Amino acid sequence: MYEIKGLQKDYEEKRVLDINYLRLEKGKIFGIIGPSGVGKSTLLRILNLLEKPQQGEIYYQGNLVGDNEKERLAYRRSMTMVFQQPTVFNTTVYENIAYGLHIRGERGKKVQEKVSKTLELLDMDGYEKRQALTLSGGEAQRVCLARAVVLDPQVLLLDEPTASLDPYNVGMIEKMVRYLNKEKDTTVICVTHNMFQAKRLAHETMFLWEGKIVEKRATEDFFAQPLDPRTKAFLEGKMIY
Amino acid sequence: MQDILAGLKEAVQLLTNLDSQTYQIIFLSLQVSGMAVLLSSLLGIPLGAFISLRNFPGKKILMHLVNTFMGLPPVVIGLVVYLFLSNSGPLGELELLFTPQAMIIAQTILVTPIIAGLTIAALSGVNKNIALAAASLGANSWQVAWTIVKEARYGVLAAIISGFGRAIAEVGSVIMVGGDIEGSTRVMTTAIALQTRMGNFSTALALGLILIVLSFLINLSLYHLTQREGR
Repeated sequence: MYEIKGLQKDYEEKRVLDINYLRLEKGKIFGIIGPSGVGKSTLLRILNLLEKPQQGEIYYQGNLVGDNEKERLAYRRSMTMVFQQPTVFNTTVYENIAYGLHIRGERGKKVQEKVSKTLELLDMDGYEKRQALTLSGGEAQRVCLARAVVLDPQVLLLDEPTASLDPYNVGMIEKMVRYLNKEKDTTVICVTHNMFQAKRLAHETMFLWEGKIVEKRATEDFFAQPLDPRTKAFLEGKMIY
Repeated sequence: MQDILAGLKEAVQLLTNLDSQTYQIIFLSLQVSGMAVLLSSLLGIPLGAFISLRNFPGKKILMHLVNTFMGLPPVVIGLVVYLFLSNSGPLGELELLFTPQAMIIAQTILVTPIIAGLTIAALSGVNKNIALAAASLGANSWQVAWTIVKEARYGVLAAIISGFGRAIAEVGSVIMVGGDIEGSTRVMTTAIALQTRMGNFSTALALGLILIVLSFLINLSLYHLTQREGR
């Protein structure tokens, strides 16, 4: 799905990402773990084509992503992201979920059907007319996920989507992620601080440290036998940063 | 106190007697200020959005300019518009001086910076993650900007209401470029000024009360419009 070569991203004078090579295959769930401030969210924004790196090449579905905004938008419309902070628009739940469909020019009954079906999947039937800003944090995050899922994306990027949510909402979101991956072959890239979540969800897990991918392996091996001492130290809670 | 009571009584009489001259003045006031606010909104909201959402060289200077123009004295605007529209001015050929159109131009110049400035303030209060969320859902840069304006709609509406309040209550520039001609360019504020100069305090007060009630009703309708939309 993605292939990254020689990617470098700086904010002012500071290098926040420095990835020599990264390949993310289609149809898998990837977990990204690492301490705060090592570039995990920046990597997601670059993968979502919301930001451009200073150096490097990004291949998406085999195509080199360039600077052409029209082309970038077309790629961007096949992927979507859910952020850590549930950010809903100040309107109804229905309008929130239909947002992405509307900006793609979809209207009418087809949109209604898609929104209803998505709400049903997330156990939110009857929420259509509720004002999104009146929802609880967990409900708002489910709306954010619904807003992304309704677009039937090829790539779903998740930036710590369940941080500070209760177990019920965490369960609902994880269930949805598994459903999308299994039933729709959606590639999922999930940044998480919750190692158990990475273990539960991801086919492959990678450890990001000071902007570099230190290790990327099948999740089972990653947690059972980490190869890099930094990964091991992080997993054992011994890393001082 | 007696003048106030007499003014109240006359205000009711002016409205209930269906005095055509009074209604014409009210109608022209609403027409001129309404059109000026419409034009100012069409100019000021995109200008405010552009300044607020885009990064470009000279952004801060432009913001300071808008803020400065928000407090421009109406008589200065009246003078400039007068000079442009007078026979010897660059736009003299259009023969707009002492017409309602000239009053609309003056009020548009007066109100546009107010709407632009308050739009900038309203948009700066929108959660920064909204733009990111919209873009991640596939919005292009125009759609992102429109989404942010929609998020700030109550603030933008407040900007429009403030603009209308400023326009309808304005007297300095409209008297200079409109000339307060009876049956042609006389609006409520110029009529109040005239009646006061003539010593007809109760009539002036009556017109003032009608002006306040009208402003109140318009603000109330706009408020209810947003409340209904927000429900």
